[in-house]
Amino acid sequence: MEKLYTKNRDKCKLVKAKPETVEFLLNYSKSLKITKAKGMSFESNMN
Amino acid sequence: MEHQVEDSLLIKRYIDGDERSLATLIERYNQRISSFIYSKVNDREVTEDIFQDTFMKVIRTLKRGAYNEEGKFLPWVMRISHNLIIDHFRKNRRLPMFEGADTFNIFSVIGDEKLNIERQIIKDQIDSDLTLLIEELPNEQKEVLLMRIYRDMSFKEISENTGVSINTALGRMRYALINLRKLIDQNNIVLTN
Repeated sequence: MEKLYTKNRDKCKLVKAKPETVEFLLNYSKSLKITKAKGMSFESNMN
Repeated sequence: MEHQVEDSLLIKRYIDGDERSLATLIERYNQRISSFIYSKVNDREVTEDIFQDTFMKVIRTLKRGAYNEEGKFLPWVMRISHNLIIDHFRKNRRLPMFEGADTFNIFSVIGDEKLNIERQIIKDQIDSDLTLLIEELPNEQKEVLLMRIYRDMSFKEISENTGVSINTALGRMRYALINLRKLIDQNNIVLTN
């Protein structure tokens, strides 16, 4: 007979970030512009 | 090794303006990084937040041209997420705790349903004692009890699986419980939490 376990002993769970989160990151990347001037960098978000 | 070369190439392309390379990198390591974060924080929402913050930092660093660990993309990202996980726990510890006024105690309406360490140890002990006791039951009673309690099967399903009538399954369950109580009495076992 199949061996039964009353509780989940496998603590290692595989998860993935949601597609919305990935989408947000890609849009964030597209909208982020970094300008360098006189050794300093300036971030601007075009959203 | 092949992956590392590809990573560095993707990073170079991304820095040169190819946004699709970033999508590839995120897709490639999404599961590994998310699972790593989840293994530490044990909460899906917090995992999403830390994953997002990690890659926002990655994006900013790459776009600033400050990335200088070619070929070691994954360890670098893991280190960023690790630092953010530590920040998350530090921030939570600093948050002021609201315990309510004398007339109203917040813990009267909310509570931690998890068992404390002592109760958890007792519960584990009971679980293992019970497992040993169940092993002592006659096979046909043990089978029905395991199906009903541990697999949450209905008596109809049990009867279909074991090839006996529902009434027989019910009877075996009844005897299983009676015998378990007898075993508990005979062995002077205390099964309470």
